[in-house]
Amino acid sequence: MNFVSKLFNKRANWAIPYAIFLAMFVALPLVLIVVYAFQDSNGAFSLENFTKFVTQPEAVNTFIYSIGIALITTILCILLGYPAAWILSNRKLNSSEVMVVLFILPMWINILVRTLATVALFDFLKFPLGEGALIFGMVYNFLPFMIYPIYNTLKKMDHSLIEAAEDLGATPIEVFRKVTIPLSMPGVMSGIMMVFMPTISTFAIAELLTMNNVKLFGTTIQENINNGMWNYGAALSLIMLIIIGITSLFSDGDEQTDSDSLI
Amino acid sequence: MKKFFAQLYLWTLLALLYAPIIIIGIFSFTESKVLGNWTGFSTKLYTSLFSGGTHHSLLSAIQNTLSIALIAAIASTLLGTVAAIGIFNMRGRKKQVINFLNDIPMLNPDIITGISLFLLFVSLGISQGYTTVVLAHIAFCTPYVVLNVMPRLQQMNPNIYEAALDLGATPFQALRKIIIPEIRPGMISGFILAFTLSIDDFAVTLFTKGNEGLETLSTYIYADARKGGLTPELRPLSTIIFAVVLLLLIIINVRAKRAAKRKQAM
Repeated sequence: MNFVSKLFNKRANWAIPYAIFLAMFVALPLVLIVVYAFQDSNGAFSLENFTKFVTQPEAVNTFIYSIGIALITTILCILLGYPAAWILSNRKLNSSEVMVVLFILPMWINILVRTLATVALFDFLKFPLGEGALIFGMVYNFLPFMIYPIYNTLKKMDHSLIEAAEDLGATPIEVFRKVTIPLSMPGVMSGIMMVFMPTISTFAIAELLTMNNVKLFGTTIQENINNGMWNYGAALSLIMLIIIGITSLFSDGDEQTDSDSLI
Repeated sequence: MKKFFAQLYLWTLLALLYAPIIIIGIFSFTESKVLGNWTGFSTKLYTSLFSGGTHHSLLSAIQNTLSIALIAAIASTLLGTVAAIGIFNMRGRKKQVINFLNDIPMLNPDIITGISLFLLFVSLGISQGYTTVVLAHIAFCTPYVVLNVMPRLQQMNPNIYEAALDLGATPFQALRKIIIPEIRPGMISGFILAFTLSIDDFAVTLFTKGNEGLETLSTYIYADARKGGLTPELRPLSTIIFAVVLLLLIIINVRAKRAAKRKQAM
C-alpha cells in the first residue's frame, strides 16, 4: 500500500499507464509492420516482398498513379482554397463568422457519408464515374482541410506588417506576393499534409467514386491484407509510411497547432 | 466591387461544396429506390429508417457507431488526462520519447494504423470484434485528448497546487479540487474531438472489426456501396447527420461568442 501511494504521489508516474498503452498499441504494431514486411509467408527473413513490388509493373504503376492523383488533388485544393481562405480572413471582404463555420462544417461529417453524397450528385448529373469523378470527389472532400489551416494562419497574421509594406510603397500585388504568401506558408504546409496524406492512403473513396474502375495504392494494400497476403501488404504499408515520412519532413508538425483549435 | 466578387467566389464554392448534400436532402423526401427519380413527396424513408424491419442492420450499425464512440471517448479522456498530468511533470529523454509516441497516431494515415493494429491482434491470437475496435479507437483518440489537456496544465499556476498541499490537502484532494477544475475545458474539447474522430473513422474500424458481422455506419456504407445499390434509407440518414452537425456547430459557436463577450464585459 505504501509503495502504491508513493508511486501515486510522484505525478510523473501518472504517465505510466499511458506509456504501457502506447508501447502496446502504437509502438509494437508499427514494429510488427516492419517484421512482417521482411518475412516470407513461412516467417523466415526475406526481401522477396520488396523484390516482388519492384518487379511487378502493376504495383509500381498503381503507386506512381496514386502519387499523381494525390498531387493533382492537393494542387487543385491549394488553387481553390487559398483565395477562399484569404477572403474569409480579410475583414474588408468578409465580416461574417457564419461563413467560416459553413466552410469547416463538412470536416465534421463522416467521410463516407460525404463521398456517398458526391456519388449521388454525379449520378444525378449523369456525370460518368471514373477518373474525373475521382479527382472532383477528392477535391470536394478535402477542400475544407486546405482552407481551414490557411485561414487560421492568415487570421493570426500580424497586420502591421502589411501596413508597413504599404507605407513603404509596395503595391497590393507586391504586398500579397512578398508578405502575405510567405507568412501563410505554415498554414499551406499543414494544409498540404492534411490533404496529401489522406488522398495518398485512401481506398474507400476511390472505390465508391469510380465503381472500382480505378485502383489506388491504398486499394492494393487493402486487397492484399484482405486476401491473407499479410507480408506483402505490410511491405506495401512500409513503403507508404516512408513516402509519408518524407512528406512530413517538409512541414514540422504544424498540423498539431491547427487540430487542437478546431473546436 | 472587390467585395462583390470576393463574396461571389465564396458563395460559388459553397454552392459546389453543398450541392451533394442538398441533392440528398431533397431526394430523402421521396420514395424512389433510385436517386434522381422524383416520385412525389413522401416521408416514408424517414419512418422506415427508424422502424427497423429489413433495414435492421443499418439501425444496429448506427447503434454500434454511437456506443463505440461513447466508450472510446470516455476511456481516452480518462487515460489521456491522467497521462497529460504525468507527462507534464516528466523531464528529459523520457518525456521526449512519450511525446514522440503520442504524435505517431496523429501523423499516421488511418490505413497504416488499421493494418498495424490488425497485425498486432493477429499475432497475439486475439479474435477481432467489438472490443478490438474500441481498443483501436482509444489508441488513435487519446493523443488528441493529451494535446487538448496539455496547454491547460501549462497555463495553470503551479503555486496553487503546492499551496493546497501545504494547507493539508492530500494529493488526491488537490487533484480533484484544484487540477481538474482548471483543465476541465481541455478535457471537454478532447472528449468532443475523440467522439467525432471515432464516429468518422472508417479504415481503422475496417481492419479491426473482424468478420463476425460487426458493422459501424462507415463500414455499412462501404459494404452497401460495394454490393452496388445503395440503401435508400441512407438518404434520410445523411440528411439527419448533416442537420445535427450543423446545429451542434452553430450552438458551439454561439456559446463561444457569448463567453468571449462576457469576458470582455468583465
